[in-house]
Amino acid sequence: MSESPIARTDRNPWHWLLLIPIILPLLTVVYNRETPMLFGFPFFFWFQMLFAPLAVVTSVTVFYLSRRSRRSAQRRREG
Amino acid sequence: MHPHQTELWITVAFFALVAVVGFAAVRWRRPPHLHSLEEWSLAGRGFGSWIGWFMLGGDLYTAYTFVAVPALLYGAGALGFYAIPYTAIEYPLVFLILIRLWSVCRTHNYVTPADYVRGRFGSPTLALVIAVTGVVATMPYIALNLIGIEAVLQVIGLPGHWPLIIAFAVLAAFTYRSGLRAPALIAFVKDALIYLMIIVAIAYIPAKVGGWDHIFTVTTAHFKAVPPHTGNLLTSDNQLLYATLAFGSAAAIFLYPHAITGVLSTRSREVIKRSLAWLPVYSIVLGLIALLGLVALAAGIKPLTSGGKPNTNTIIPSLFETTFPHWLAGVAFATIIIGALVPSAVMSIAAANLFTRNIYKEYLRKNAPEKEQATVSKITSLAVKVGAILFILLLQPQFSINLQLIGGVIILQTLPAVFMGLYTRWPHRAGLIAGWVAGMVAGVWMLYVTPNPAAHVAHWGNSAFALSHLGINTGISLYTGFIAVLVNIAVVALVTLAARALRLPDGADETKAGDYFTDENDMAPAVKEAAVA
Repeated sequence: MSESPIARTDRNPWHWLLLIPIILPLLTVVYNRETPMLFGFPFFFWFQMLFAPLAVVTSVTVFYLSRRSRRSAQRRREG
Repeated sequence: MHPHQTELWITVAFFALVAVVGFAAVRWRRPPHLHSLEEWSLAGRGFGSWIGWFMLGGDLYTAYTFVAVPALLYGAGALGFYAIPYTAIEYPLVFLILIRLWSVCRTHNYVTPADYVRGRFGSPTLALVIAVTGVVATMPYIALNLIGIEAVLQVIGLPGHWPLIIAFAVLAAFTYRSGLRAPALIAFVKDALIYLMIIVAIAYIPAKVGGWDHIFTVTTAHFKAVPPHTGNLLTSDNQLLYATLAFGSAAAIFLYPHAITGVLSTRSREVIKRSLAWLPVYSIVLGLIALLGLVALAAGIKPLTSGGKPNTNTIIPSLFETTFPHWLAGVAFATIIIGALVPSAVMSIAAANLFTRNIYKEYLRKNAPEKEQATVSKITSLAVKVGAILFILLLQPQFSINLQLIGGVIILQTLPAVFMGLYTRWPHRAGLIAGWVAGMVAGVWMLYVTPNPAAHVAHWGNSAFALSHLGINTGISLYTGFIAVLVNIAVVALVTLAARALRLPDGADETKAGDYFTDENDMAPAVKEAAVA
């Protein structure tokens, strides 16, 4: 295994985005309410059903953005 | 004639299909030889994004989840919905942690989390502690999957334990033969059935019960009539409990040996990231299934009794039974049973690996060759399943439920060694062991003193620890595991400082900084050499 000249890292500023789908679901004060209702669903239920889609959107975004910035950093190093 | 004949035959037919898939899986992505632990239990660490996603989804969302989460909403209302934030944050939470764990395990051919801890902190004792915790937490989890199957069998009206024993014997046989390849391949069937069933259930049942409007009106009125009289909302006293349950459970799930086995079976860091990014899709499904608990409540479904006590785990099978046509109910029951097989297989493999690597190889046969390790693991996986069956046959179901409650709290006590260890070498091995002891004692004590007034029991009530036990004048409760792991971390820090002050030697760390970033291309030459040799 060849050691790369620059120490490897998995730090990337885009990773901070992951805090959104982690912290928002923990803030019960935000969603512990009945209104506004949606299709007969109290706010408490429909709002929390959005956490999983939010996690997908955020994680997929982070996946592509961090991969792009990692690759361009690699090109800069090699070029 | 049996009253549920249609359901019964459809269930049997699906089970037969899955058994064939399980046995045939031994030929799937066949390596030159299956006689190594990494081939049998991790499928050669070769799974890509699609398989990884299906496999982890099938592994993490157990049959017990599918019957117990709605049962929780049925019984406790809004508080039971914590499973939704829990399963939404679990993946972003471990997104960056697991790629490090994968890299270091790939570099050093670690198969279990305890293997990694041994290498990182140079302490076989700490590794043993991690391994035993994993096995103890996993065993009742497998037993609970059996309870999920039993709930279905009870609704179909099959008497006795023999159908359960046959189902598990078949599962044991194909897992012995095909290893992780069997549950991975069956996961495709399981997940497809689950998505199909839930779409049908959500499109069909709520309308039959009177629509969502009606369901929420009825259930809100129900929960306003019973304590704590807040309808379908949290109280000011259980909001922190809700948040700590969600966060603590999310931090705990990927410490379970079966979850780590799933992660280590993937091919690269990118595969893990891509799978984790898309896994919350399963949580959307879980959210819909959870709501079926409220649907059952509005539909007036009453739990069947077993041993004189109402078994709320039967409400989802009963809801299917009363609202679906017979053939569709049959497919739904088959889905729950197959849903139990995939996690049970992976759990038994993971528990067997812990025994083989961290007890057998560590203490009994230090130089056990690869082939012998694989054989030991295969036999142990059988023993694990027999143990789980005995749990069900010899003990009250409540005992397994209590043990799984404890399991969730104690698996969290491996967090400092496994997850924090990926980022820092600072904790001393003595500190990690002391922290584990403190967390275990605190956690088990808190569970012991917690009553459950609704079930008329004085101990092991639930995992909501009332702070009033500590003499604090408040109605607030927190998740027991969350408190226990905070105690754990505090003791790790104190004992580490003490160990450093006393100049106790650190264990040798066989991992290097770069090992935590290794990716598939870094390993390609080594893999090729091994294949040629």
